[in-house]
Amino acid sequence: MDYTVVIGLEVHVQLQTQSKIFCGCSAAYNPTQPNVQTCPVCLGLPGALPVMNRQAFELALKTALALNCEIASYTKWDRKQYYYPDLPKGYQISQYDCPFSKDGWLEIEMNAETGETRRIGIIRAHLEEDAGKNMHDESGGKTDSQVDLNRAGTPLLEIVSQPDLRSAAEARRYLEELRLLLTYLNVSDCNMQEGSLRCDANVNLHIHQDGKNIPTPIVEIKNLNSFRNVELAITCEIERQFEDWKATGRRLGDVPKETRGFDAQRGVTVGQRGKEEASDYRYFPDPDLAPVTVADELIEQLRSDLCEFPADRRKRLAVTWQLSDYDVRVIVDQGREFADYFEAAAQACGDGKQACNWLTQDILRELNERRLTIAQFPIRAEVLANLLGRIPARQITNKSAREVFLELLNDGGAGPITSSRIDEIIAARGLALVADTGALEQVITAVIDKNPKAVADFRGGKQAAVGALIGQVMREAKGADAQVVRELIIKALQSG
Amino acid sequence: MSPIGATTSELLAHMERGEFSSVALCEAAFDRIAACDDRVGAFLHVDREAALQQAAQVDDKRRRGAPLGRLAGLPVAVKDVICTRGQPTTCASKMLEGFTPPYDAHVVSKLREADAVIIGKTNLDEFAMGSSTENSAYKTTRNPWNLACTPGGSSGGSAAAVAAGMVPLSLGSDTGGSIRQPAGFCGLVGMKPTYGRISRYGLIAYASSLDQIGPFAHDVAGAALLLEVLAGHDPRDSTSLPMPVPSYTAALEEPLKGLKIGVAVEHFVAGLDREVEAAVRQALDVYRCLGAEIREISLPHSKYAVAVYYTIAPSEASSNLARYDGVHYGHRAAQFENMIDMYCASRGEGFGKEVKRRIMLGAYALSAGYYDAYYLKGLKVRRLIRNDFDAAFAQCDLIASPVAPTPAFKIGELVNDPLAMYLSDIYTLSANLAGLPGVSIPAGFSSGGLPIGLQLLGPPLAEDRLLRAARMHERATDWHTRRPEVV
Amino acid sequence: MPTQLTPAEVQHVAMLARLKLTPAEVADFASQLGRMLDYFQVLNEVDTEDVEPMSYAVEVRNVFREDVVQPSLPRAEALMNAPKTDGQCFLVPQILDGG
Ligand SMILES: [Mg+2]
Ligand SMILES: [Zn+2]
Repeated sequence: MDYTVVIGLEVHVQLQTQSKIFCGCSAAYNPTQPNVQTCPVCLGLPGALPVMNRQAFELALKTALALNCEIASYTKWDRKQYYYPDLPKGYQISQYDCPFSKDGWLEIEMNAETGETRRIGIIRAHLEEDAGKNMHDESGGKTDSQVDLNRAGTPLLEIVSQPDLRSAAEARRYLEELRLLLTYLNVSDCNMQEGSLRCDANVNLHIHQDGKNIPTPIVEIKNLNSFRNVELAITCEIERQFEDWKATGRRLGDVPKETRGFDAQRGVTVGQRGKEEASDYRYFPDPDLAPVTVADELIEQLRSDLCEFPADRRKRLAVTWQLSDYDVRVIVDQGREFADYFEAAAQACGDGKQACNWLTQDILRELNERRLTIAQFPIRAEVLANLLGRIPARQITNKSAREVFLELLNDGGAGPITSSRIDEIIAARGLALVADTGALEQVITAVIDKNPKAVADFRGGKQAAVGALIGQVMREAKGADAQVVRELIIKALQSG
Repeated sequence: MSPIGATTSELLAHMERGEFSSVALCEAAFDRIAACDDRVGAFLHVDREAALQQAAQVDDKRRRGAPLGRLAGLPVAVKDVICTRGQPTTCASKMLEGFTPPYDAHVVSKLREADAVIIGKTNLDEFAMGSSTENSAYKTTRNPWNLACTPGGSSGGSAAAVAAGMVPLSLGSDTGGSIRQPAGFCGLVGMKPTYGRISRYGLIAYASSLDQIGPFAHDVAGAALLLEVLAGHDPRDSTSLPMPVPSYTAALEEPLKGLKIGVAVEHFVAGLDREVEAAVRQALDVYRCLGAEIREISLPHSKYAVAVYYTIAPSEASSNLARYDGVHYGHRAAQFENMIDMYCASRGEGFGKEVKRRIMLGAYALSAGYYDAYYLKGLKVRRLIRNDFDAAFAQCDLIASPVAPTPAFKIGELVNDPLAMYLSDIYTLSANLAGLPGVSIPAGFSSGGLPIGLQLLGPPLAEDRLLRAARMHERATDWHTRRPEVV
Repeated sequence: MPTQLTPAEVQHVAMLARLKLTPAEVADFASQLGRMLDYFQVLNEVDTEDVEPMSYAVEVRNVFREDVVQPSLPRAEALMNAPKTDGQCFLVPQILDGG
């Protein structure tokens, strides 16, 4: 039996504002001091009223534009009503029938080798407020749960995809691309550990049987908190649904929509106890908030202020610096600052391929080992470029450059690393390429004289014999370019 | 001269001349409360210490010649649906027993800036839901003109406090007539400004798109002064109007020339008490004598106002009152089985019957399958009601009408007949639905000695026009000078 | 014959609104809500085809605040009206799945 997997993702992103969406409380992540970032508005105290944060709205608009969405000329806020202790007003201010944006798409790469891409539809993106946090401490036999409202009222952007995703890997790829876009736009830090990017997945299968497509019941997997878990949970759920289909034959409509959680330890999705009443959120327009009309000028201004998107950047870098699809993906996917660093370095040393090799190998390795971000990396792009520029200028060899690079990193915190430090290291370690061929020729002549056997072997047709000679010359003349040495030796032997 | 029952202007003049200190005035207010509030039941909470301390500060400022606010030293009572920092604010509900807001409502800050002295918090129908101040979890307020009658509602405590001479000024809130109807029942000037004219920040919501704070006073000048202090843009209320506030007091004595007063045919139909109708017609004659033109107009959708109001207001209320769940503040039941049961039990115990009735009605009107038929339909007819007014105000400057179909009714008379009680708001509801300003002014007495009010409605932001017109009538009559004996 | 809500309908709405009602209240509301709903039928006389619903009393649009942090309340004030706290958090009975 064959089937198609159908997945849609609902992603909640915390927008990077200073203050909350409807009040002046700080929106900073603060799990250690509960209930210190609250006020009458976000506590939902009687009589308090919300006022919309302009920055939150504009960040949301910016994101929607980047997702190729249609921006509504009129939008409003609605109350979504349900009871939960982390929701102090008894309703969440959200958007129901007039979201500020709809009908967009995000392009994701399906195949790194072929560069094949696919557009994943975006149904809508809307703004809402986050809830607080409920905590239950199982230890010590406590019977009460704690409620912290620091997070209540943080601006959230909800992005709902079309059910266009066809595999767990594709879902992950979509989420990664979305995260990358959001961080490029600087609208969210997308920190999944801190909950600033949260994902729910709607999954079902279309079973192909007797020429028909039979949909299985849709399951919503809630609160997936890492890329890995998104992929794992969906993989497990696909399997479970297929088994369920084989065992019960249940199809879409036979049972109410189910909500499941993901138990990463056991690698299974787990049914959540059903609510005892079907949800009836009784949405209606929030009379405390004025509707918004979005002027074309604002849209155009925001559009013109948008940065280059990751997908465009990949294309541009590949063309400008003649890099492979694989290379540009590694660079761009590391984030906007990493790509900026690359471009600065490539620009300054004039060799994109060289800069790319160093960034994707040496620098990425060091960042991982030292647990640094590119912003924290002590060697700035212009210093790296200065170092790299010395290789084609034949001041040092590639190998020596690596030695200098490591030495720069090991320098410790004595002020910013400058290009003059490179000169010092080269001098101190005697890494300067022996550019004076006269001096080099003297060394070569001496080595040839000392090794008549190797010379005879070479002349007798044993090309490999030259290697021993090169090794000796390199030992004598530190900093010599192996390629140059090789050429000079061969020249000397052939002429001699 | 006794300060009891004196008007705002008289009291300010007395203080200015040094004949009364603010402390003396406040002490007189507390004495009056002590003398008759056990019978009237206007106040839920008074703070004598704090008030006298503040009065002393104002007196001191006055002695030093320091700049004084517009209400310097005047005792003011505040409806207990408006948040006062550090003072109980209960909405006359068991749900908020012991609740102390950590912040002041915008209007309370304005009162403090104006050097008014807040005497205490007045009784109301629980969460402002009612027309008689009988739906209070704490006490029933009585009409100072006849203690067997209600003072109207829901701002009955604020109206009774002024009518009984306890304070010269008070604040009410008006969602469907809750200032104008008690003003009419108690022989006062009571005004509901244009929606958005006074910030709702700190006004505990009943129905957010209809609620508006406003003043009670013995006379038009008092109401105009208090309105002037309270009105204006507040960035904390998104629905607050950014337009500048004219001086309502400055032009008060200037009669309006060529005034055209509209009278809606729909307002004079069966159900309107004969004496009330006579008083309203008499008031129209007064205006005619003052040179105004009375024009017949039509508000064809006004007969739907009660139905529209009771689809919209309870819907909003069901949402606004969802926050009282016994988690972050408010009553929590002692006995419950789990989280959901805690919600249900706390709310079941904390809310009174009328509040529950409206929450139920609203939850029903918004629920799946009924939204379009009730709530959405209500919003559409609301638009038609507003359109009627826009058309009417193309033909007249103001609309005059009764405030209520009858004078104050007896305590207990309507309390078991919710629909009949709802219908008593028939003249006042439309202004809230349309967002228009309205004022109730004293216009006579029934044969039983109960006050009768006249309502004037205006187009948006026509408060100055309404007040000037009200003052024209006031100058030509003496209804506003009468005071009840409170026996 | 005036409309009556069934006790089950009343209970359903009461659950939506999280209200525990006494049997007497259920009976009262069944008839009172029914009467109100009957009364609302008067609205069906009105042709509201193409009428824009009026959700707001004023035509205010685009009201924003700037993204500036203002001081929050001290924790003690945030918690001071709560029925139960541990001095740091609001406390509620143990929350089970599905609220
Ligand atoms: Mg959402
Ligand atoms: Zn806040």
